[in-house]
Amino acid sequence: MTATEERAATSVGQPLRRKEDDRLVTGRTRWTDSVTAPGLLHVAVLRSPMAHARVTRVDVSGALTRPGVVAAYSGADLADDLGSLPTAWIASEDQKTPPHPPVTTDKVRYVGDAVAVVVASSRYAAADALEAVEVDYEPLPAVLDMEAALTDGAPLVHEDHGTNLCFSYDEEHGDYAASKSKADVVFRRRYINQRLVPSAMEPRSVVVDPTAGADSYTVWSATQVPHFVRVFLSLVCSIPEHKIRVIAPDVGGGFGSKLDIYAEEAICLALAKKLGRPVKWTASRSEDMQATIHGRDLIQDVEIAATSDGRMLGLRVDLLTDMGGYLQLLTPAIALLGRYMYPAIYKFESHSFHCKGVFTTKTPTDAYRGAGRPEATFVIERALDDLAAHLGTDPIELRRKNWIAHDEFPYTTVCGLEYDSGNYEAATARALEMLGYDELRVEQRRRRDTGDPVQLGIGVSTYTEMCGLAPSRWLGEVGYIAGGWERATVRMTPLGKAEVVVGTSPHGQGHVTTFSQITADALGVPFEDVEVIVNDTAAVPWGLDTYGSRSLVVGGTAIRHAADGLIEKAKLLAAHMLEADPGDIEFEAGTFRVKGSPASTKTIQEVAFASFQAHSVPDSTTPILSADHLMDPQTFSFPHGTHLCAVEVDTETGMTSIRRYVCVDDVGSVVNPLIVEGQVHGGVAQGIAQALFEEAVYDDEGNLVTGTLVDYLVPAPPDLPSFETDRTETPSTTNPLGVKGVGEAGAIASTPAVVNAVVDALRHLGVDDVRMACTPERVWRAIQDAKEGRGGDGGDRAAEGTVAYSGDSTASTAGGGQA
Amino acid sequence: MVSIRMTVDGEQREDEVEPRLLLVHYLREKAGKVGTPVGCDTSNCGSCTVQMDGQSVKSCSVLAVQADGSDITTIEGLANGEWHQVQKSFKECHGLQCGYCTPGMIMASVDLLEENPDPSEDEIRDGLEGNLCRCTGYHNIVKAVQHAAAQGGAR
Repeated sequence: MTATEERAATSVGQPLRRKEDDRLVTGRTRWTDSVTAPGLLHVAVLRSPMAHARVTRVDVSGALTRPGVVAAYSGADLADDLGSLPTAWIASEDQKTPPHPPVTTDKVRYVGDAVAVVVASSRYAAADALEAVEVDYEPLPAVLDMEAALTDGAPLVHEDHGTNLCFSYDEEHGDYAASKSKADVVFRRRYINQRLVPSAMEPRSVVVDPTAGADSYTVWSATQVPHFVRVFLSLVCSIPEHKIRVIAPDVGGGFGSKLDIYAEEAICLALAKKLGRPVKWTASRSEDMQATIHGRDLIQDVEIAATSDGRMLGLRVDLLTDMGGYLQLLTPAIALLGRYMYPAIYKFESHSFHCKGVFTTKTPTDAYRGAGRPEATFVIERALDDLAAHLGTDPIELRRKNWIAHDEFPYTTVCGLEYDSGNYEAATARALEMLGYDELRVEQRRRRDTGDPVQLGIGVSTYTEMCGLAPSRWLGEVGYIAGGWERATVRMTPLGKAEVVVGTSPHGQGHVTTFSQITADALGVPFEDVEVIVNDTAAVPWGLDTYGSRSLVVGGTAIRHAADGLIEKAKLLAAHMLEADPGDIEFEAGTFRVKGSPASTKTIQEVAFASFQAHSVPDSTTPILSADHLMDPQTFSFPHGTHLCAVEVDTETGMTSIRRYVCVDDVGSVVNPLIVEGQVHGGVAQGIAQALFEEAVYDDEGNLVTGTLVDYLVPAPPDLPSFETDRTETPSTTNPLGVKGVGEAGAIASTPAVVNAVVDALRHLGVDDVRMACTPERVWRAIQDAKEGRGGDGGDRAAEGTVAYSGDSTASTAGGGQA
Repeated sequence: MVSIRMTVDGEQREDEVEPRLLLVHYLREKAGKVGTPVGCDTSNCGSCTVQMDGQSVKSCSVLAVQADGSDITTIEGLANGEWHQVQKSFKECHGLQCGYCTPGMIMASVDLLEENPDPSEDEIRDGLEGNLCRCTGYHNIVKAVQHAAAQGGAR
């Protein structure tokens, strides 16, 4: 017992091995596609092969004659069963929110848009019958380039709106014109943040069983947001909310791509209702790559007004952000979620922010790991390195000159956000020491001096982010439909175990382990005695799910408060049992004691059983040890860190290899260092992948040519290095756990660190930008362009028009000027 | 339909299958071995890796009829009374997050260690190049394989 108590008291902060892993390493898993039911039918979706076309005829009769086919429907056939898919964010008063039918009824607006559905007795039969559906398309010009899409006379994705402009948003903090008038240097550049395919390893899947409960529907979905799915499916399918139960069973990664309400979820619910039988749809990988949201895809123009000695005064940001063919749940919000992060850790006196959302005929975009913050961090951290080079100063020095010093916290930024805590100096000093920054600079000089064909580059990224989405009031002010609270229930079972019910919805993060640690410490029970109940709307009636690095900051805090509430309640009964005054009861490590009489004790398990029996409960309390807490954060949390990347670039082949990747993150207090480190690794890997490997490429007809894992380069083990990680710990002052959130940090920080390193390796050759993904071809072309005196980012591929931004904008995005 | 026999995780089976049925679909839908997931349709991701007569194969790239007469071990049959060392090491080293790639990653690692009981980091990374993970950045997967090797690896 002593050993258990000691361990329980120190659970938080320990690298405990995950509870989740036992089933995951033995295959005793339940992925959505593994769910089955008696009489299960399989759904296949016929998808548009054209980016933009009017659909003039859909005839499903041929499919109905195929073996095993039970039903087949066009969009028109399902028009009474399915409403429009939801968008939960209004970015501006002028936002255009076009209808988004789960199966199209008039036009197709991206390759992959659903045109018809087939229901059959087997997966193969359903897929086979798709070829028997006849569709007539009247082709329309694809809309691919955001700048071209906004010109007069451009073909319109949604004709009813008369424009491809979805919204425009402008926000001023301080007086940018005044900053500019004081500046000695105005640095301008255009950066391209390419389109990405999130590529969670589990393709999306949904099963709906109309027979699992009485007169109700059970929906299993590979989703991050079961509570959202329940509310919105109710609206889309006109089925009362209380008749829908949503379960997110084991979910194989999300990274934002499963933070959505998808056509197939609504289709399956509607078909289960119509047919009275359970149905399943599972995406193939190539289908998933077309029909699951994409990420990023912005043209980012930045302007920094600075003094010649390197004091940054003002920042102006102009964004074009690609919506794709429709708005998904948060499509218009993503670029805006990063708007306060452009000034980052720097003491700007003004920030002028401008953003336009543009419809194109591509897969809709939405949240991808970091959602707006990686976009902001990429621009500001790339610009810092470029500005440092322009001013002839060291990139670390320029940052030091401008960042918020550790003794200036809490600090209110130019955007009005109050950063509660941080220590950029400490994290940076540690990272520089780990990397051996000065020695590498010496080696870099030597390689430059000797004309080594393999050049060394060092990239810096000193990021911050805003986590813990979010204060409900803030969300309301910025145009979101819902709140940002989280609710937890903590209860003791009759036999003295603890159960936690919490509304965040894990899909790989290890919440069950982390939350068990918090609960074990708060209640003084063994880690093994805590069960965490998640991912099922019937078991977890209240929740706002998982995204925005909110689960620990908001959900974990709710758990901590609920557990504290349970102890307060238990003290009343413990006092009664010990014949003492409740004010004299102390609680520590699972035991209630009477002050001054150390022998008078009751364990929490004894109190739990007495509370369950309820034979003798004082009037001051009620039976059953259970407490709830609803946590609505008052503010955000602000993790930060310093990431340094050293690359070797072969100037003859353009090949980049990462020699060292060092990062020191400050995510506040840490509950489980093993899990935190794992989150950093995965995030860093995804950010590196954006920098070097991944890009959703469309051809000039609007076909996604990187539409399989053959063409879209998700890095494999040999493509990545091992990472050197460390932490500083500056606890958050705004929650009792001192935590800040870690899920997105790595992805936010790493992309600019890597690109800065690549550019740093080549800057002496005249290269000042390399377009992501920095493939060997682009790096090589950037070097050749520089040699021949042409500015360039290597983005002008051989076949012009095959990149995401074709034609004129390709040319105009090359280079970018310095004035 | 074609009649096939095979041993799956020690269980003798005889089934009638369509000639085009993929081994992974046979395992998941006929044999109930849903511990082996499908992650792609181009043989890139390796999530569906199983052992066929002691060699790791991507079961999305084998027809069930090609596996006729073979002995298949999936992630569900890997533990023999107690967990295989590789399973233990993946947990110990936090070599998984969402766990979707894990069955394939573990089966491929078992095969790797059988061929090379003491691999270098580069040999591990090269040996697992046919398996994709989106969560871990491979850092802890490499550590898990190193850990398993240090513990005697193969079993």
